[in-house]
Amino acid sequence: MSKYVIIGACAAGIGAVEAIREVDPTGEITVISEEQCSHYSRPMISDFVSGKADLAKMKTRDDQFWQKNSVNLLCSKKAVSLNLEGHEVVLGDGSKVSYEKLLLATGGKPFVPKTEGQEKEGLYTFTNIADAERLADKISSGNAKNAVVIGAGLIGISVTEALLKRGVKVTMVELQDKILSLLLDAKASDIMEAVVRKAGVNIATGQSVQKIVGKPGNDGVVGGVVLTKGDQIPCDMVIAAIGVIPRTELVVGTTVKINRGIVVDNQMQTNVPDVYASGDVAETYDFVLNQNRTLPLWPLAVLEGKIAGYNMAGKKTDYAGGTNMSSLKYFGVPIVSIGMANPKPDPTLEIIVKEDKAKGVYKKLVLKDGVIVGMTFLGDIERAGILFYLMKNKVNVKEFKAALLADDFGLAALPMSLRKTMSLEE
Amino acid sequence: MKRITAKQEHCMGCGLCEVYCTTQHSKSKDIVKAYNREKPRPISRVRLEMNKPISFAIQCRHCEDAPCAQACLTGAMQKDKETGLVTHNKDKCMGCWTCVMVCPYGAIKIDKEGHVIAKCDQCTELETPSCVANCPNGALEIKEVKA
Repeated sequence: MSKYVIIGACAAGIGAVEAIREVDPTGEITVISEEQCSHYSRPMISDFVSGKADLAKMKTRDDQFWQKNSVNLLCSKKAVSLNLEGHEVVLGDGSKVSYEKLLLATGGKPFVPKTEGQEKEGLYTFTNIADAERLADKISSGNAKNAVVIGAGLIGISVTEALLKRGVKVTMVELQDKILSLLLDAKASDIMEAVVRKAGVNIATGQSVQKIVGKPGNDGVVGGVVLTKGDQIPCDMVIAAIGVIPRTELVVGTTVKINRGIVVDNQMQTNVPDVYASGDVAETYDFVLNQNRTLPLWPLAVLEGKIAGYNMAGKKTDYAGGTNMSSLKYFGVPIVSIGMANPKPDPTLEIIVKEDKAKGVYKKLVLKDGVIVGMTFLGDIERAGILFYLMKNKVNVKEFKAALLADDFGLAALPMSLRKTMSLEE
Repeated sequence: MKRITAKQEHCMGCGLCEVYCTTQHSKSKDIVKAYNREKPRPISRVRLEMNKPISFAIQCRHCEDAPCAQACLTGAMQKDKETGLVTHNKDKCMGCWTCVMVCPYGAIKIDKEGHVIAKCDQCTELETPSCVANCPNGALEIKEVKA
């Protein structure tokens, strides 16, 4: 019997271990990971492919992390089923691990749309280190000069940049009319698209890959794709970089409630007593939309794991929520985009925009009743965190909104009462 | 733990804190060389906030909850439990700017040339941080605060 069992040793699992140990220094923790190498940074796999980072650099915690926290780490072990009534996790080798409190931190799996020819050799996903190693090996083999990346969102753009750095020619295929459409409005997307094109990337928007075709004389190997509009693009590999879907298979058929992801309350508890879920597999609170939804983002997964850990260890803690929030570093253009940065037309929303073409700067705020509900900072992001603070704390900015997008915006532009709240002098 | 705080009513907005911080974080530790010769040019980790007549300096507050460390994608940013300092390991930083996004004080700087971030380390190698020691009007102080 382990007091705490955590399935998944990635962001949420690590957050949970750290939180549990803050509250309970000795309770037995078992962490089950199907991966060989634990606690590496998944967002860093693009740096791995480009050659900028090795596995040592990718470790998010020191090598003794598990030992220091007295964790019984089961690597390369897969949890295959749950016996919720008996408080047991069944592993692939038939062994059982029983728990008092269980955290499901199984994460997400890459979404690969059903496509004709997808069984051919040369289709890659881009979520974990194994994916990245396969992709890097393929490039190193010298048999990968051209790639088609499906999806021009966060993952698509990161893998595209990495491939480019390795000398691979890339075509991005995006179903939406704009790249990075979940993060950016049309204007910001256009700025970014121009930069990406200038770097030598082909971009096909408003289309999807209809069919993956084989190489002439070797049909089992990827030789190209056919797009919806009929264009044929020859390539040596296809990378599905659309996004992840919650890995709920372990709880399918159990009494744990699943919507798109596992349904949890503000303490990361599922509808089943003693069972918690966090990270990409869970539907957690979005403070902008005021509803729970899947938000597969690393920093949120760590926080959610922490909340779960505290509650599992008996320290009641509520999750303040996250939202769709990303910072981008790709193609030399720093971007921060948070919340409803690209809302549908809505008369109750006020939108303030500022653009400086010469400096390559674009800033946008979306306000509702004087409160920031969305923002994009492109090109100049150093003070974006102050705005995120105002957003998260639902500060009414009506009186000083004009200052928020100024070039010299900073803490001194905030009203004194607010600066006091931020306790700058303490 | 210790924190550097600014006394707004004493700050003249001279910006010497930035000059001394830049110099302290240079290779040469020499003002002229730091500003004119070093490449990449060292970065000041303190920022003078100015909205006349208001001015004060701000640098990493080494927050108790350290949103930057919690959000860090690589483990480069960590809250040191013993000293209370938020430390940044440049070698682990991948320049993803996630910490920049979540810092309530906008106190994290982007080192464009190095593709990493730079922030206040409280000059632990010195007895008194350089900005504090060289503020001509005593507008910066370092004091023990509750962790």
